[in-house]
Amino acid sequence: MSTVSSESTLQDRPLDSALDPALNPPIDDPLLEIEGLSLWYGDAQALRNISMKIPKNQITAYIGPSGCGKSTLLRCINRLNDLIPIVRTEGDIRFEGESILDPSFDTNLLRKRVGMVFQKSNPFPKTIYENVVYGLRLQGISQKSVLDEVVEKSLKGAALWDEVKDRLQERALGLSGGQQQRLCIARAIAVEPEVILYDEPCSALDPISTNKIEELMLELKKDYTQVIVTHNMQQASRISDLTAFMYLGDLIEYGKTDELFIRPQKEQTEAYITGRFG
Amino acid sequence: MSSSVSSSASALLTRDAVASRLKSRYRAENRFRFACASALVVGGLFLAVLFTSIISQGYTAFTQHFVGLEVYFDPDVIDPAGNRDREVLASANYNAIVRDSMKRQFPDVTGRTETRKLTGLVSNSAPYELQSLVETNPAIIGTTETVWVPASDDIDMLLKGKISRGGAEETRRVSDNEIAWIDTLEKSGLVDRRFNKRFFTAGDSREPELAGIWGAVVGSAYTMLVCLALSFPLGIAAAIYLEEFAPKNRLTDLIEVNINNLAAVPSIVYGLLGLAVFLNFFTMPRSAPLVGGIVLSLMTLPRIIIPARAAMQSIPPSIEEAAYGLGASPMQVMFHHILPLSLPGILTGTIIGMAQALGETAPLLMIGMVAFIVDVPASIFDPATVLPVQVYLWADSTELAFVEKNSAAIMVLLAFLIVMNLAAVIIRRKTERKW
Ligand SMILES: Nc1ncnc2c1ncn2[C@@H]1O[C@H](COP(=O)(O)OP(=O)(O)OP(=O)(O)O)[C@@H](O)[C@H]1O
Ligand SMILES: [Mg+2]
Repeated sequence: MSTVSSESTLQDRPLDSALDPALNPPIDDPLLEIEGLSLWYGDAQALRNISMKIPKNQITAYIGPSGCGKSTLLRCINRLNDLIPIVRTEGDIRFEGESILDPSFDTNLLRKRVGMVFQKSNPFPKTIYENVVYGLRLQGISQKSVLDEVVEKSLKGAALWDEVKDRLQERALGLSGGQQQRLCIARAIAVEPEVILYDEPCSALDPISTNKIEELMLELKKDYTQVIVTHNMQQASRISDLTAFMYLGDLIEYGKTDELFIRPQKEQTEAYITGRFG
Repeated sequence: MSSSVSSSASALLTRDAVASRLKSRYRAENRFRFACASALVVGGLFLAVLFTSIISQGYTAFTQHFVGLEVYFDPDVIDPAGNRDREVLASANYNAIVRDSMKRQFPDVTGRTETRKLTGLVSNSAPYELQSLVETNPAIIGTTETVWVPASDDIDMLLKGKISRGGAEETRRVSDNEIAWIDTLEKSGLVDRRFNKRFFTAGDSREPELAGIWGAVVGSAYTMLVCLALSFPLGIAAAIYLEEFAPKNRLTDLIEVNINNLAAVPSIVYGLLGLAVFLNFFTMPRSAPLVGGIVLSLMTLPRIIIPARAAMQSIPPSIEEAAYGLGASPMQVMFHHILPLSLPGILTGTIIGMAQALGETAPLLMIGMVAFIVDVPASIFDPATVLPVQVYLWADSTELAFVEKNSAAIMVLLAFLIVMNLAAVIIRRKTERKW
């Protein structure tokens, strides 16, 4: 309403971007398809007409300067932005062909299928055991044998089992930062999601813990589709298969990680990855 | 230009100049610290004066003087027919028995006025105590026993030194004869100072030596119970709704402002509301803890809602996000995380709100809880009074002996308040959490 001029650009863009090779890496097996996604916090637009496909069983990384909308975009995928009353979205995200932004799409079900790991590790102030099984309890699963099995499997999956197997009933807040973050990953994979979203999962961790989590992500590739927001470009280039560069709410460039870091097609991308701004 | 400014600045910043100014800075700092400390001392002093005056006046009320009567349970007076008929036993002239036993101690006393003064040494509850002794054990008739009855309030005050023995007789509440009698009794070991059990077990009375606070304590307990039963669930439900479910719009903003305003409304206004709505419109019983509790819960409600919301807001949103991120519904997030984690804050808020309600007087005056009530209330519908109103009632009384009762009642009330506030502090300490 307020911006007549931007509306006309909105209509022009999909045509441009659909053809732009800098935005359309070859993807055979997309699990998520974001299409013309725009998002406003009140009157402030945070995402501008974003379209991209996220492939299955791969790691997709979002990079870009602070405030460019990476977290916002990530949180659209599990509709965590619904918690913020002033948020308004346009466009569509399809998950295996189903439109998940449709208000009738059940968010509880969606969040079971799309797990999330946050920047600041946020275990519940409960025991390690209860943290891992929380997602199952939410769904009314309470047989001890099932829960025990899931705890072991998830903690092993998150490479944490050996460190905590003797103190499952201790408080999770007693773990180190890196262990807490892996616990959060264990908690996310306990409900067997299809997608895991990571919002700067290593930004508060030391290099060794970071390394562990990166190895873990590579390990998890075979079972999960993973999307990660990171400020660390080495990290993006180390672990991701595809990288998307965002700037001020726009998706500037999206491509195979190797190509994007070696031969960026857009000037802004090059400027950012060579450290000239941001 | 600029160089001259900077050179004059650097003249002011040489080591010596700074050091000399530092001294005056320290002096200013010390003055300020001294001012703050003296403010604290003055506050503490006031508190100390308050407590010492209450305690020094009140502690004597916890003991009471008793007079031993050599009572001959005269069959001719109590039961002339000798058939132990209950009605006869109940209506006998026990005043005469008290009088006779006093007269036996002091055979010289004659004349109506003097005799009345003599029997007035003991509380006028003495005949009733003899009656109940006879009724529970009729075999006592015909025997002589030493029965300990409370001294009358003036004698008690005299013995506690609160009525002076000096000065002209006419200006004293106790005559020379009475002083002589009681001194005689004391010498023969018939005066005893004992723990005042009655103060903690009896209801109010016109006679200070018989008055107790138990009626007011029970009244307060019932009132608090009603208040808690209403304001705790309502307050938490309101806080949950406002915090987690209410849309943020003009209406909820208005509600929020009004809740804050409600907490600031003078309490007597709630009393007027209670009078108009609960008593006059709904014709609920007057002076009842039920109405008192409802009125106080109106007052307590915002005092629970506001800290409960603050407690909920203090929970890091990351916990909520983690739960939502795993597919929890708003209700699950509320009951699994927010409510348990904010419970300590909610409880401290509630205890402090209840402590305030416990000390509240004005609104209860409006709904008639200020009546003189002797019986200890047996339910929330019975007429009752509460501790602070009891204090108010006794403060209004002209009897000297009520002064110490009053201070003692204040001590009991303060003890309850201190315990409650301490409980709040302990809960807060114990559950302080680091994220
Ligand atoms: N809850 C919110 N309410 C209003 N505006 C918001 C909110 N969250 C984010 N924004 C705005 O949206 C824009 C994008 O924010 P976002 O958090 O997605 O950035 P980001 O790329 O994740 O940044 P960072 O790298 O610093 O985490 C920013 O301008 C931010 O100010
Ligand atoms: Mg972010």
